[in-house]
Amino acid sequence: MLAYGDRALLLELGDAGRVLAWTDALGRARLPGVGDLVPAAATLLVVIAEGADVAAVRSALEGFEEPDPSAQRPEDGDVLEVPVSYDGPDLAEVARLTGLTEAEIVEAHTSTTWRVAFGGFAPGFGYLVGGDARLVVPRRESARTSVPAGAVGLAGEFSGVYPRESPGGWQLIGTTSLPMWDPERDPPAVLLPGARVRFVVAGS
Amino acid sequence: MTATLRVHATGPLCLVEDLGRPGRSGIGVGRSGAADRGALRQANRALANPPEAAALEVTLGGLELEVVDGPVWVCVTGAPAPVSVDGRQVGPYSVTGVRTGSRLRLGMPPRGLRSYLAVRGGIDAPAVLGSRSRDVLAGIGPEPIAGGDVLAVGPVPGAFPVADLLLQPAFPDEVVLGLVRGPRDAWVEDVEALVRSRWTVTDRSNRVGMRLAGGIVRHRDVERQLPSEGTWRGAVQVPPSGEPVLFLADHPVTGGYPVVAVVRDGDVDRAAQVRPGQRLRFSWS
Repeated sequence: MLAYGDRALLLELGDAGRVLAWTDALGRARLPGVGDLVPAAATLLVVIAEGADVAAVRSALEGFEEPDPSAQRPEDGDVLEVPVSYDGPDLAEVARLTGLTEAEIVEAHTSTTWRVAFGGFAPGFGYLVGGDARLVVPRRESARTSVPAGAVGLAGEFSGVYPRESPGGWQLIGTTSLPMWDPERDPPAVLLPGARVRFVVAGS
Repeated sequence: MTATLRVHATGPLCLVEDLGRPGRSGIGVGRSGAADRGALRQANRALANPPEAAALEVTLGGLELEVVDGPVWVCVTGAPAPVSVDGRQVGPYSVTGVRTGSRLRLGMPPRGLRSYLAVRGGIDAPAVLGSRSRDVLAGIGPEPIAGGDVLAVGPVPGAFPVADLLLQPAFPDEVVLGLVRGPRDAWVEDVEALVRSRWTVTDRSNRVGMRLAGGIVRHRDVERQLPSEGTWRGAVQVPPSGEPVLFLADHPVTGGYPVVAVVRDGDVDRAAQVRPGQRLRFSWS
């Protein structure tokens, strides 16, 4: 556990599975003094609630029982299907980087159940983990100034869907028409941490 | 009947802000809220508003409002912009009544960057995810205020203001901020460069963060990649260029560059009042 200024603690958990389990368990435990939780790839930032004592939260976290990452939660039942047209401008580049054919990329991307590890970058953007190991590719060398809403991309071990038009450096392999963000809904994001996602070929 | 305000002019930037939207990091929505939370709280307290009431965050003055249905009680805190009602100076840091038809103006503050104009009853803009704050990075919350806008004022609280004049904090030429080392100080060659250098806030600064010039904090290995980590207000993030960024209210939720030190939470409000071009130093706290 590392200090993050004088009002937050950074838990180093090592992988997305433990981060999800801790985020979920701490969110449910409602420990006194725990404010915002910011999950990320391998760490969980615990922000101390206003007026609460940092040392007390630190010792409560140290005594917190390691949550079981394989524990199924009730909401885990549903798998969100995201229909994708695999027509992205970086398909050829991803094929070159991975040594797969474009058809094999589609097959690999649709063959596993992905899980939302954490959010960031933009409202409604979820970093998805659990993909085929052959799909690990670096970001583009230069980011695009404009990526359309619904673009489906790869970067590192992650896949993600751009919730709105924005700049972006991920390798784009396809497009979905499923909206990722609707501010009139609560929660407005489709991809909540822990949610399971399956990409399917659109129209199939 | 509640009051309304008509906007005749704004300066460079005028936003509705409250204390922000907690608990939404998982869907990529940060806390946001007033850049100088203490100033917002002070203004709301002076008007006997609840702490979470929304106010206008006015960057470098230039705001002109007309009270359409009044009267309203107002208070300006933060950067001490001169405040006038129909040309009569009423000062910042005071509680002032403004009648229907009167015009309220905020001039250019001599010091500081962001003034808070609070109205008794709060600014009643539509809330998004439980907050009326504009998050300029996420692009959610009430749109920036523009000339011609009509702003609703919420119902006045049951409690009454007790003080007329408020204490004004100091706005020194060179601001010194307390800094806590880490969590990723080992990613740079010499984290002490942060406290040794005299920094200048560049004009590439906004509510997301302040880019600092005046020194380089070199990465030990510019090729090494940090998996994305949660960030928070006050974090000092160092991109591979070595030019630090101090995150403010609308910082990204997660980021892939190392955070090598974090400003003490109590000092972040003062950071948000440092103007582009102004000097800034850090000291370990």
